[in-house]
Amino acid sequence: MIFIGERINGGFKDIVKAIKEKDSSIIKKWAVRQTQAGANYIDVNIGAVSNKVEDYIWMIETVQETVPTPISIDTNKLEFVKEALKLCQKTPLINSTTAHDEKLDQLVPLAAEHGVGLIGVCMDEKGSPQDVNRRVELAAKIFTHAVEKGLPPERLFLDPVIMPLKFLQPQATNVLEAVGQFKLLSDPPPHIVMGLSNISSQTIESKLINRTFLVMAIEAGLDAAICDVTDTELVNAAITAELIKGEHIYSDSFIKAYQAAKKPGAGS
Amino acid sequence: MLIPEVRQKWANSINTVTIGATSEEGGTRTRTVTVGGSTTLPFLHFEGKIPHRPVIAMEVLDITPKDWPALLGEHFSDVWDDPGRWAKKCVDEFGADLVCLRLAGCDPDGEDKGPDEAAAAVKSVLEAVGIPLIVWGCGNNDKDNEVLPQCSEISAGERCLLGSITEDNYKTLVALCKADGHKLIAESPVDINIAKQVNVLATDLGLDPKDIVIYPSSGALGYGMEYVYSIMERGRIAGLDGDTMWAMPLLCDIGKEVWKVKEAASDEIAEWGDQSQRGPLWEASTAYVYLLAGADLLIMRHPKAVSEVKKYLEKLMEPK
Repeated sequence: MIFIGERINGGFKDIVKAIKEKDSSIIKKWAVRQTQAGANYIDVNIGAVSNKVEDYIWMIETVQETVPTPISIDTNKLEFVKEALKLCQKTPLINSTTAHDEKLDQLVPLAAEHGVGLIGVCMDEKGSPQDVNRRVELAAKIFTHAVEKGLPPERLFLDPVIMPLKFLQPQATNVLEAVGQFKLLSDPPPHIVMGLSNISSQTIESKLINRTFLVMAIEAGLDAAICDVTDTELVNAAITAELIKGEHIYSDSFIKAYQAAKKPGAGS
Repeated sequence: MLIPEVRQKWANSINTVTIGATSEEGGTRTRTVTVGGSTTLPFLHFEGKIPHRPVIAMEVLDITPKDWPALLGEHFSDVWDDPGRWAKKCVDEFGADLVCLRLAGCDPDGEDKGPDEAAAAVKSVLEAVGIPLIVWGCGNNDKDNEVLPQCSEISAGERCLLGSITEDNYKTLVALCKADGHKLIAESPVDINIAKQVNVLATDLGLDPKDIVIYPSSGALGYGMEYVYSIMERGRIAGLDGDTMWAMPLLCDIGKEVWKVKEAASDEIAEWGDQSQRGPLWEASTAYVYLLAGADLLIMRHPKAVSEVKKYLEKLMEPK
């Protein structure tokens, strides 16, 4: 499972404050906590807090000064992506392109050229997909574009677009079905990722919903998630789901075994 | 016709483990032995790298063996009352890569030797030969925890391979290895899950995964070998796929298993043919199979079996 820590995002009040006041301690705290929790990438998103590329650079540098975890460059501004790519010490992930032609033409060659991963969100200028077929159509478009421009499936992360369960309940099963179909695009298939927390937006039992949906999505074929990696029950449920699918060899301490595999120096 | 691409790309490689330390490295060995490091399944040179040839350790006991057949006695009875001379013969005459000193004499149901005698045996072998050493306890947990600390201490810095830890008994030996700079054999009863669990427990105490060699238990040809093979193969595939708790080199304890089965050890059944041919062939055949399953380190007894397996290994290591 590839865990992308969602917490350094201008949508959170403490991060807004950190950016406005240039208080690096808040960014550092979340970089450390998410790394300790086993994040494979730290997502860095400035949100609507600032338009200045310097502010975004400051966020990335603050993370990199603190932890060795690779960055997920989460921005819709091309200039920000380009500047961030120059800075990243470990191979980052670009989060994200959509199926919009203009976006694909900008971001796919950039990811291919820099040898980095790219998240492709299955929406386009017409908006978010409302059914399974549209999701698969957009995924196929992104996938084809990526392969043609030299970005191999192992560096492509397709995102089927999660919508809040509370408001768009039928979309949850649509997403799961789409994930199953994304798996058929190639062998080996591209990665499949989701911004998990969207599913539980404005719900009371958000952690339970996140956890249950993540397990169901793993069963469908998901292998990456942008989520709250500091939620131990969530992470452990994902590890257990992969164990049940036979992706890890059972041992009595299988959670520890999974964590040991992630320690620096323990191999890939 | 286009031939489909069959080469697989693995996510991980098998750890390398170096046994023995030269004087520059804080020991007294004249050479070291490195095992592991493969980036592919056994001998698939077309697919990945196999940087280190599997090696053969010859077995030496700290007492005169009671149950070794006469066929082995022909080669060792002149030296087997003295572990140092016995080890030297294995090196000088039979080309052993390592010596495995098994502390059979410490067994409480046998001669029940104490820590002083065990450590003296370790010392005598270290002084007699320059190659790296495996030191393996008698298999009784309490007794091994009593004698191995002194053995570890007297060989501190020599980077020996100490055996063995199990799911129920690992704390003492892990501490010794960390303190004295040795490597460890992690033993499990032909069980892929327990093999992983032992490694998780040991590394949880701070042992580096790269200090571990997996011993998944061995069976002789005709005595459960296929089952062991399937566990080794499945574990090795998992290790190459990225399971770091199965990415260790594999050890097979072959001589001990082969020379207790009647097909190798008995000379009483005439229609089975000449035992002097059959015995070593049984040991070598068992070794061949385990090499194909992924063995990196074999512990063997009969000199003829050792030399045949070495020849076979030379051929297997030639990239085609």
